[in-house]
Amino acid sequence: MSFETPLHRVQGLGSAHSGVSHFWRERVTAAALIPLSAWFVISLVRLVGTSEAETAAFFQHPWNAVLMGLFILLSCVHMTLGLQAVIDDYVHSAGQRIALLLLNRAFAWLIGALSLVSLLRLAVG
Amino acid sequence: MADSPQVSPPRPRPLSPHLSIYKWPVTMATSITHRATGIALSAGMILLAWWLVALASGPELYQSFQAAAASLIGQVVLFGFAWSLAYHFLNGIRHLAWDLGYGFAVPTANRSGVLVVALSVLVAIGVFVAAYAMLPHGTVHP
Repeated sequence: MSFETPLHRVQGLGSAHSGVSHFWRERVTAAALIPLSAWFVISLVRLVGTSEAETAAFFQHPWNAVLMGLFILLSCVHMTLGLQAVIDDYVHSAGQRIALLLLNRAFAWLIGALSLVSLLRLAVG
Repeated sequence: MADSPQVSPPRPRPLSPHLSIYKWPVTMATSITHRATGIALSAGMILLAWWLVALASGPELYQSFQAAAASLIGQVVLFGFAWSLAYHFLNGIRHLAWDLGYGFAVPTANRSGVLVVALSVLVAIGVFVAAYAMLPHGTVHP
């Protein structure tokens, strides 16, 4: 029998020490990305054929800048969680898995930061 | 014990599942496609970053982005991106419905799977038709 108290068990959040946070964050970002990605595709289609200046001006509008920023941010979080699940499932060597998980994080931070800094420059430039 | 007569030489144990001999059910095909489109969309995030960086960096980089996007390969890649996003979007809603406990019966899951595949193709084609309609008259390519 276990002498562990229920409190201790719940504080440990299971063997992964993260409880269900991966599962839950994946669902929350997915739900948020439903309206955001619909807005993103409609905006892209409407920008087809416009000039560079008009496209840049699109992101100077606060609503467009904020929605685009949220789309980038949540896409990067959702992407990191999704790719992590793929790596966890298919890569069995611990060394390779850790290397790929780090690479996964680096990729998301790099793509996210490049996109957000560019967006910020367009929004306030 | 090592030379005990009961110990037979090891023989290969049956392995399961034999992925290559199964007929792919709809739910299995849509599930692996969800992963594949998720990976494709992750690669597509590079294109989004490229577009925004080019837009923020001035005319030269933006023109080279536009030329790449307007090329035949660029259009094929963009259509692949549009379809992947449409599929992952629609099948993602299907997954969220399952998480809420709806649509788990096998006939329902099969029907929603076929519906998602068909709708995703229609949405991707619709997005491209709408995008081409946005082009100024007289131009063949963006």
